[in-house]
Amino acid sequence: MNNMHHYLDFEKPVAELESKIADLKNLADGKDMNISSEITKLEKKADELRADIFSKITPWQKTLIARHPERPYTLDYINMIMEDFLELHGDRHYADDPAIVSGIAKLQGIPVAIIGHQKGRSTGDRIKRNFGQPHPEGYRKSLRIMKLAERFSMPIITLIDTPGAYPGIEAEERGQAGAIADNLMEMFTLKTPIIAVIIGEGGSGGALALAIGDRVLMMEHSVYSVISPEGCAAILWNKSETAIGQNEYEKAADALKITSSNLKDLGIIDEIIPEPLGGAHRDHQTAASSLSDALKLHMDQLNEKSSEELLESRYNKFRLIGKLQEQ
Amino acid sequence: MAWFKKSKKIESRTVKVPEGLWVKCNSCKEIIYRKEVDRNLKICPKCNYHFRISAKERISLLIDDESFIELGRDLKSEDPLNFKVQSIYKEKLSALKRKTNINEAASAGTASIEGKKVYIVVLDFSFMGGSMGSVVGEKFVLAAERAAAENIPLISVASSGGARMHEGIVSLMQMAKTSAAVAKLKTAGIPYISVLADPTFGGVSASFAMLGDIIIAEPKSLIGFAGPRVIEQTIKQQLPENFQTAEFLLEHGMIDMIINRKDLKQTIGKILSMVALKTASVTYTS
Ligand SMILES: [Zn+2]
Repeated sequence: MNNMHHYLDFEKPVAELESKIADLKNLADGKDMNISSEITKLEKKADELRADIFSKITPWQKTLIARHPERPYTLDYINMIMEDFLELHGDRHYADDPAIVSGIAKLQGIPVAIIGHQKGRSTGDRIKRNFGQPHPEGYRKSLRIMKLAERFSMPIITLIDTPGAYPGIEAEERGQAGAIADNLMEMFTLKTPIIAVIIGEGGSGGALALAIGDRVLMMEHSVYSVISPEGCAAILWNKSETAIGQNEYEKAADALKITSSNLKDLGIIDEIIPEPLGGAHRDHQTAASSLSDALKLHMDQLNEKSSEELLESRYNKFRLIGKLQEQ
Repeated sequence: MAWFKKSKKIESRTVKVPEGLWVKCNSCKEIIYRKEVDRNLKICPKCNYHFRISAKERISLLIDDESFIELGRDLKSEDPLNFKVQSIYKEKLSALKRKTNINEAASAGTASIEGKKVYIVVLDFSFMGGSMGSVVGEKFVLAAERAAAENIPLISVASSGGARMHEGIVSLMQMAKTSAAVAKLKTAGIPYISVLADPTFGGVSASFAMLGDIIIAEPKSLIGFAGPRVIEQTIKQQLPENFQTAEFLLEHGMIDMIINRKDLKQTIGKILSMVALKTASVTYTS
């Protein structure tokens, strides 16, 4: 079982303990009392070690957790916390972009529109989902679904998890910049509550295009940034991304202030949704139920506001970020 | 996304106008007498490439004489991330200010164009690649909010590599903030004309620059979301010949028109004479 997991370098000490525990369990078959007490001891040790590692985790290590291949993706969360999900496809102009999924569903009994970036897990699926990097049609589809939600008075929930909008020839030909800009502008006019949650990677404009919310929340181990630590480091050290390494990434990730606690301190996000010890990838179900509870709480709060109040406070929320006064 | 990403590629196509007698054109590579370029509004007389110009030059080119009243001239970045890796952002800003005699990468204010009062925001590529941090975002929003409140059209001229990395997430949020301000204008039915000059990329193209009611580009300007170098690295292919030029965007339906710098003021004036009937107006006399 443990061998199937993908471990990050800093998780290796825990991984070693866990494989030892697994070996012992195979040996013991549940009958030998000495072995089972040894197992209990080791399990406690593994928990302590994990707690210790995660209490000292760096922004660069958080970036790796945010990109962890076993981390829950949009469809995982939808399957775990929503009922009656119906996926709605296509932008009605050009194509259906699999890098963004959208649809309608019920969250704790309430009908909502749900939109999120989608990464793939198998090699084939990753390619199909373009590693969660949307084309313009993905953003246009998302906007179509948001307007549908507005017409039918459904709250909008967006889940953000992308390295960024796709940098490619066709994406440019079909107006990537304009598609993102349209989302940003239109989301300020939607007369229905919007809750945006960064669940993994919040990569620049491609992430922001789904993240104009009355509430902006972050899963504890997600990151949100204008540029990746690798891209930032390549510029700061003026070298190609292959000529620099972890040391530079650590410094860049730290300087960019991309973790949920950094962004809470900077007043960019409203709330951090706690993840189970070791990260959401170790326990999907617990992460999902924290997400579900947070969404329900904010939905209830926002439902009490008139659409005028929503639009005004949404405008002011973003208006105040980086507001300056002449000295 | 960010301006520096494709700076190499753009720089390789760019030759700064030196102080000397001769300049080399970025586009046709001809060596031209500097005064000839200057007399020609910094347009290459051989190939019609439009050299990058400062915000100051741009404003004087577009508006009625001496009608400009600046807004937020002394706005200063508060360095929200306290960015100190490799170089100290705050020091970089003050050094640039001294060197260029420009306060920031945007100038905003009110002016008149062919007698019609407008708010105007112009980016300046010579200041950190025209990158949008909190000051650029704030100046745009100040102008847009006043335009909305006073019922006056807004004009912007973009020339930028995108978001300013040193302000991190705060620079990303300027995309949201400026787009929100444009939404206000649209709701109120106030015209917003966006001019795209060489180059317009990343966080600037993916926010206010592509949101104009009417979008005008200067000939041969490079405009896009991702920089050409990033795209080349991603797809590992050579890019098509005219990729991301103003002409390419026009062909793909992304902009309304390409206008020569010489005709820009007149064109904007003409647009305003038709779409800004309901907005407040002044008649400027010199
Ligand atoms: Zn030329």
